[in-house]
This record gives sequence, C-alpha cells and structure tokens, in this order.
Amino acid sequence: MKKTRLVGYYSLEVKAMNRVAMDVVKAARSEVHVSGHELRLQLFPDFFELHGDGLSGDDPAIVGGLATFNGQPVTVITTSRGHSLEERMQKHFGQPEPSGYRKVLRLVKNAAKFHRPVFLFVDTAGAYPGKSAEENGQGEAIAQNLLQIGQMATPIITVMYGEGGSGGALALACGNEVWMLENSMYSVLSPEGFASILWKDADKVAEAASKMKLTPEDLLSLDVIEGIIDEPADHTVVCRNIKQRLETELAKLQAMSDDELLKRRYERFRKF
Amino acid sequence: MKLYQHKNTPTALHIKADKAADDRVPDGLIRKCPKCGTEIFTNQLDEYLTCPNCDYGFRLAAKKRVAWLVDDFEEWDQDIVPSDPLEFPGYKQKVAKAHKNSGLGESVLTGLAHIKHQAFALGIMDPTFIMGSLGQMTGEKLTRLFEKATVEKLPVVLFTASGGARMQEGILSLMQMAKVSNAVAKHSQAGLLYIVVLTDPTTGGVTASFATEGDITLAEPHAMVGFAGRRVIEQTIHEKIAPDLQDAENVLKHGFIDHIVKRQNEKDTLSWLLQFGSESNE
Repeated sequence: MKKTRLVGYYSLEVKAMNRVAMDVVKAARSEVHVSGHELRLQLFPDFFELHGDGLSGDDPAIVGGLATFNGQPVTVITTSRGHSLEERMQKHFGQPEPSGYRKVLRLVKNAAKFHRPVFLFVDTAGAYPGKSAEENGQGEAIAQNLLQIGQMATPIITVMYGEGGSGGALALACGNEVWMLENSMYSVLSPEGFASILWKDADKVAEAASKMKLTPEDLLSLDVIEGIIDEPADHTVVCRNIKQRLETELAKLQAMSDDELLKRRYERFRKF
Repeated sequence: MKLYQHKNTPTALHIKADKAADDRVPDGLIRKCPKCGTEIFTNQLDEYLTCPNCDYGFRLAAKKRVAWLVDDFEEWDQDIVPSDPLEFPGYKQKVAKAHKNSGLGESVLTGLAHIKHQAFALGIMDPTFIMGSLGQMTGEKLTRLFEKATVEKLPVVLFTASGGARMQEGILSLMQMAKVSNAVAKHSQAGLLYIVVLTDPTTGGVTASFATEGDITLAEPHAMVGFAGRRVIEQTIHEKIAPDLQDAENVLKHGFIDHIVKRQNEKDTLSWLLQFGSESNE
C-alpha cells in the first residue's frame, strides 16, 4: 500500500527534523495527549461496552464494545490507563492482563463472524508483568492473539496514540494496518529496559531511544506502520484527523475480498 | 592493626588457602545443577546433559541435540546469517562469537528429520547463539520451516530455547513474532500437526508467540518457561516471587503444558506422537 501522510498546518518532515527520539518518548508518555476515553466519546458517541473474556474475568485495562461509524456497525477496542489513582492501579496503568488479551480475541472473533470492521486504539507500556499474569499465561494469551487475529477475515486497523510497548502492543496491532499519532512510539522494549539489558546502564535512555528506531518517522521508513496522523494540541482536531484516516483506510479495505485482506495481512508481516 | 594491614589474620589466610584449592580444580571439571544444586563431574554427564538427581536438562547446543534426537537430518537454510538492521555497535562481533560457539548461521537449526522412518520438519533453537534470541533471520528460518512443511505436508517439531526478542535488531525482531505466527496458522489450517518442546529457558517474545501455539506442548523437567523476567516481576509487584513460578512443572499445573518429558525419552515420545497425534500425517 502506498505510504501516505496526513499533513497539518506545517509539515511533519519539518517537525521530525527538529526533534530527537527522546522528545518523542516524552511526548508519547505525557498526559497531554488524547485518552482512550476521549477517543470513544468523540469518535464513537454511541459506544456500547462489552465486558469480559468469556473465560475468567474482565480486565479493566482493555475497554471494548460495539459502536457505529458513519452509520455502519464496528467493533472498537481501546487500552485504558484510568484517571483516579485507584482506577490506574486496577488497570495496572494500562498494562493488560492475559484476560485483557483474551477479551480482545473474543471481540475480534465476534466481529469477524458478522464481518464487522475492528478499530484498535493502543497506548500501553506493554503486557502486565505480574505474578498472576505469568500464572494465567500472559505469553500464551498474546500468542493466541497473534495466531488467531491474523486469520480473522474482516478489516482490522490499529491506531497507536501513546506508547506501543513490545509484544503487549503487537498483540493489538497484528491486523491490516497500523497508524501512529505523531507523538507516539512503538518499540521492542522500553528504552530504559533496552539500555539496561544492552549496556547495563539504565541512564543511557536517550541514547537507547535514538538507536531503537521507535519514532513514527523511523517506523514508517522501516515499513512497520502505514502512516502517521498529525497531532496538534487540540484534541478535537486530533480526533477529526483520526476519523478521516479511518474512513479512507476502511473504504480501501472494504473494497477487498476476504482472500485479498488475508493475503495482504500475511504479506504485511512476511516482508520483515 | 598491624595484623589486619598485612592480611595475615587467620580468616584471611583461610580464604587464601581456599582460593588456592579452587585453583587446583581444573575449569569445567564439576558442573552444578542450577535447579537442585547437585554437583556433577562433567565426565559423568552423557550426551543428554541432564542432572542425574532431578532430570533438569542443561542448556544444549542445537547440533549436539540433533545428534541423539533423530535418525537422520538434512539441514535447510544453513547459509542464513543475522542481518544488522540497526547497525548496532558491537553486534557483528557478538554474532561472530555466536557462529563460533554454535556452528550455526542463526539461532535456530532447521531441516528435515526422520525418526523411525517418519518424516517431519524440525527446528531447534540454540541457547549458545546469543541466548537463542529471536532475530530477524531466526524468524525467517522459522517461517520458511513452517511454509515448507505446509507445502510438503509435514508435521513440525520445534524445540524452543530463547531469552526473547533480540534487542540489537529492535522492532524488526518484534515483527518476527507476528510473521512466524502467521506461518504457524497456515500450517495449522492445512490440518498439519505442530509439536512444541519447551526447553530451558523459553521466555519473552518466543513464549508470547510460536512457543505457545502448538497442538501439543511438551517441556523438559524444570525448564524455565515464562513471559516476563523474574526481576521485572519482582519490581512490579514489590515482593519476592517463588523460585519455581516459571518452572515448567508450575506452568503445567496452570494448564499451559501438556506433558513433561525428560530428554532420554524425547525420541520415543516424539515418535509415538508423530504417529498417533494426527491422522493426516502420513
């Protein structure tokens, strides 16, 4: 698919030239960017939540459900960091538990049954690395998403709107397209973890960030993502940009046959 | 004061004496089992490299494993070597060392194998090759293994051993998780059998992809199987975790492993499973 860029009031290239990777990391983690809650309110005002993984629980770090988008039914899934401290603790600051990933799989399977498009909005530091998560099969939960979501014959588009941390983010970004907001990041590991593993020095964060190719511009040049969505300070404008992008991309994907959708998805990852 | 300064207190002398004793033991004469602590003379370990006390399987190079595992083996894609997509400083030297250690081009050995005249596609990850980490070309070899097995209607047996994603290859290492998973899915859709054997250690991005996508999941005794690292878990929940949290036995108890098989029995077990684990595998 052709690389596209949504250019706002001044070009992304100019912005990209004037920032270093660490600026992107800081921006991606800042509180000023749009939240999952806002995205649902602004883009999907009739959002109807569907709770639970149907197996063991309902992970509050993943919020998913049904909505209409330009009159057609869609499945919407967002990560959620929470607002109050108590909420944030429950949601592990937006890091899903295995049951969160299993909820996503249940909702995507359900969407595929009715050929309903799926939009995933991702802002997570990664899968929750806790004791309970290990015991409940965090690895297996992510793996099953990669294995099964990849085969669901319905358009699946992911938008990264903050941090995209490792396998925990990939499990929500294994569909047809991945778009990133200008101030978001996507990486194999946090730059802190990267610096501590490779250089045994967690203070070399900025250097790690610049080496890792985690900015939207770097990822676009590596073909890891389809494109970048312009992100001015006004959240209403950000949401409008996302909406426009989703409309365009969805129309393209809906014009394809199921075989074509799956074939392209296979090729999307096969090239790496 | 003077005694202390001259380091000739009884304690210091004892330490000195002990150090000298250690020096007299040649390197590698004794190996200690990391699980049960039993000290074993290296020359008592046979080709299986297992602890005689607890059956823990020591980390084993892929080429050493294949030697006793199968009746014959034809290697595929042996000329594939790591890419260096981030041009990471010092990575080339690390790779050179890994080639020397393991005799492999990448961190997984793949090919066509037979046990008792049953053909199957075999992959063995090598913990001596940058900790079996999942590089771009590791993912490529594994994807080709599944693709070829799908075309040739072969079952796949994969031995996993990995510290997870290969950091030096950044995001392209992460993408391998999805790439290989998609190839596993195609193989599965063709009605073909996929057996995983989890060996010590299977962690991170490998656990979170093809290691937990098999039809049948076996593990070696006391193999470490987990997603997050122990230190990260402890820092997250602010408490110490049980030493056996990520032992294969505990993972089995939680429902993610079918059977624990010791190395000496792997060949027979695989032979039986390949024969009866699926009807379409002729």
